[in-house]
Amino acid sequence: MSIRFGNPDRPNSYIGKTVPRPNAAKLVQGRGRYVDDIVLPRMVHVAFVRSPFAHARIAGIDAEAAKGVRGVLRVFTGADIAAVCTPWVGVLNHLKGLKSPPEHALAVDRVCWVGEPVVAVVAGSRSVAEDGAALVEVAYDPLPVVTETMTALDAETPVIHPELGDNLAFRRLHETGDVDAAMAGAHKVVTARFRTARHTGVTLEPRSILVDWNPADVRMTAYHSTQAPHMIQAVLAKHLDIPESRVRVICGDVGGSYGIKVHVYPDEIATAAIAKIMGRPVKFVADRLESFNSDIHARDHEIEARIAVDAQGGILAFDVDDWTGIGPYSVYPRTSAIEGNQVVNLCGGPYRFENYRARTTVVFQNKAPTCQYRAVGHPIAVAVTEGLVDMAAAELGLDPIEIRRRNLYADDAYPVTSPANMRFEGLSHHASLNRLVEMMGYDALRADQAEARRQGRYRGIGIASFIELTNPSPFMYGIGGARISSQDGCTVRMDPDGSVVALSGVTEQGQGTEAMLAQIVAEGVGVKPGQVRIVTGDTEITPYGGGTWASRGAGIGGEAALQAARALRRAILDVASVLLQDRADALDIRDGQVVDGTTGGARMPLEELGRIVYFRGDTLPKDLPRELVQTRHYTTKEYPFAFTNGVQASYLEVDTDTGIVTLLKHWCVEDCGRVINPQLVDEQIRGGIVQGLGGALFEEIHYDAEGQLLNGSMADYLVPMAAEMPDMVIAHVETPTQESELGAKGAGEAGTAGAPAAVMNAINDALRPLDARLTEMPFTPERILRALGKIGDLT
Amino acid sequence: MTPGFVRKADVALTVNGEPVEATVPVGQHLVDFLRLELGLTGAHASCEHGVCGACTVQVDGQAIRGCLMLAVQAEGTEVWTVEGLTEQAAITDLQDAFVARNALQCGFCTPGFLVAAKDLLAMGGVPTRAETREHLSGNYCRCTGYEAIIDAVRSVAQARAAKGAV
Repeated sequence: MSIRFGNPDRPNSYIGKTVPRPNAAKLVQGRGRYVDDIVLPRMVHVAFVRSPFAHARIAGIDAEAAKGVRGVLRVFTGADIAAVCTPWVGVLNHLKGLKSPPEHALAVDRVCWVGEPVVAVVAGSRSVAEDGAALVEVAYDPLPVVTETMTALDAETPVIHPELGDNLAFRRLHETGDVDAAMAGAHKVVTARFRTARHTGVTLEPRSILVDWNPADVRMTAYHSTQAPHMIQAVLAKHLDIPESRVRVICGDVGGSYGIKVHVYPDEIATAAIAKIMGRPVKFVADRLESFNSDIHARDHEIEARIAVDAQGGILAFDVDDWTGIGPYSVYPRTSAIEGNQVVNLCGGPYRFENYRARTTVVFQNKAPTCQYRAVGHPIAVAVTEGLVDMAAAELGLDPIEIRRRNLYADDAYPVTSPANMRFEGLSHHASLNRLVEMMGYDALRADQAEARRQGRYRGIGIASFIELTNPSPFMYGIGGARISSQDGCTVRMDPDGSVVALSGVTEQGQGTEAMLAQIVAEGVGVKPGQVRIVTGDTEITPYGGGTWASRGAGIGGEAALQAARALRRAILDVASVLLQDRADALDIRDGQVVDGTTGGARMPLEELGRIVYFRGDTLPKDLPRELVQTRHYTTKEYPFAFTNGVQASYLEVDTDTGIVTLLKHWCVEDCGRVINPQLVDEQIRGGIVQGLGGALFEEIHYDAEGQLLNGSMADYLVPMAAEMPDMVIAHVETPTQESELGAKGAGEAGTAGAPAAVMNAINDALRPLDARLTEMPFTPERILRALGKIGDLT
Repeated sequence: MTPGFVRKADVALTVNGEPVEATVPVGQHLVDFLRLELGLTGAHASCEHGVCGACTVQVDGQAIRGCLMLAVQAEGTEVWTVEGLTEQAAITDLQDAFVARNALQCGFCTPGFLVAAKDLLAMGGVPTRAETREHLSGNYCRCTGYEAIIDAVRSVAQARAAKGAV
């Protein structure tokens, strides 16, 4: 490794330091530019008429009254849009057996969930479009509705898509060793049933898209609040029959995404189709109700699981049966089978054991579609695994820390392949757990808990070890046939004034991508971060890349930036060596100056080198290369994914009279390999934890038996607010991946992965003296009081 | 529509220190008026029913929800948005603290948080962490987990108190 990242005194040492985000100042001044802030000449707005039924045949559409509204310009039905936009099918070849019917941008003859877009009304303003939409009369013939996951495959349950034969979208069984024999011979077997609620992302900026079609230029431009501009480019091109090269996707500031904005949404594609039909810019911004009933949902799982342990607490086997309902369609193009697949891949992840059986059953139902949302599958797998480990410890009278120490993979065991066939290059479970125990003052906390209990107050400590899948290779989507790039490129150039521009295929969603890239490029070239300008989110000008998902920005995009920056540094030094009549390897670049590599003495400012290269190239030797623009691409090759690890702890108090949980404090130690910007990583972890805490305590989408969404507002779907959230202590162990020079793995999902399990274990730790056990999230006051036997149904 | 139903009305108010006169749809919310008619896109429309606080602006010295007030109700008022507060350097220390502490990620909630925090700081003194959390509990942030925002706001309160004490 040519960069000694560990030495803080090295020149240009920006990697590993907290450097302010270059794009933060504009956001605090209200100068961000989100999609809804953009106004184009001749722009019109679209509002959608959405299905009020969970399942119904469309008998007729009468739009005459809507067309009569002054200012309504056009009304489009599903058939109108289907004439210019082909349907899609959300399957991937490597997810064997996954099936899903074709889905249209607007429902053509049938609606399958409440909120599915049916008719589009276009007007000069959003409010007039909404006035028109309110007057569209759609006649529906209701069809039987499927809402329950666990009975979706029963013979008496109606089949939502008869042509598919049944309501099974996907099923995968993975088996290693002999689980039945291990269970039969075990000292203890603990069984539990877990449930995670249906969540949604609640991005503060709703989904937003503004599409312009310029037929004269044969050119579509989409200003889109998205995580994956190149993926959207490919999708718009394919389904609207435009060459990929004629579609440009621009992703400016994004007001929160968390996975919500990495999918293809029918209303957004319909907006693009309308732009193509009308030949003018069309804007769609979801309102809050539309966000709740048409953003993807996630995590609607029911799991029955068992753990077998020996008398010393050694884990012998896990047996997991996971069920999830995904709505009526598998979401395009990433599919809705990935979450269940991840549960199979990740259960038991931190532990050394021999026998593993896990099955996921993914079924169709008449609710909003589910798909990948921050920490895909992780919160479920971690809750199941860590819940069972804690229950086993309690059965054996072992401390939760001790049972983990006995079973976590040893820190020197790597590389290993897990019973789920996941390959771990290098993890640090024990170092992380030791750090956590020390940081939280575990023994003192146990003493505090005991003292509280003497006073009749129920406090609990919950621990959750976890692994996180990051830096995905083509094994995630590419091998399944999706045009979703796992590689990323970066172009770094030096301009005449000696400043540096970096164009990257990864995107900024607020996590600090641009700061991370600026630091890496600054260090790689040898300039200050303030001398680096970052450009992301424009398919026309950045190298091809995947964008933001699966915690890949720093690990993949960062490495591409480092390699491009170092290539530029070499190119600059090749020119400098001629100008300065010295060997290139005797020179260095520091703080924007070419310097003597040994003494650090200034030899030439970069702006002088830039002046000569760009304006007086005649003074350079004819055959001297002077390419001050360099591009590099990076993808992982050795491992399909770079796994990270960590451990979280929650300390909380349960009010056994009201069922209210008060979070007292939260800790997380995680290992994302090389930490590029400690502050940004810590804040990713904190934000992720709070998203996980929301799932543990508050968040739950409710549907009734007719498939009606019952809580489609922010007053009814509760999210974490400042007053209920704890302070969080974050620390890191660093085990860099050897796959890249940078050594960075992802950190975007670790917080969300582990927090719900930590809270669940803490609540159960608090209530163990009362013989209450909770495994159904969120842990609302009602569920807690029911578990305590303090309330029940009227008989 | 009922004959005589008033669809539009005239308003005169002051926005960011500048006089504004306009004819607005009577159903238009203040945040939409600011964004659509005046191009002041710093305040954001998000939940549009008063829960999330992204549209918070200052009206006659009070932090209010731009989605719960009609533009016509702003007749005669003095409105300040993040753009005007920035130009007046009224919240520079708060903005600097947000950047230094990374108390924002996507930034969509930030203008609303700044106005709400300005309101808290105007009460003087140094609020406790719990008081700060409580005061800001009407503003939703999905990115940060709130801790950095609490830190940033309290650091400004402490700095202002120290300055006042000199």
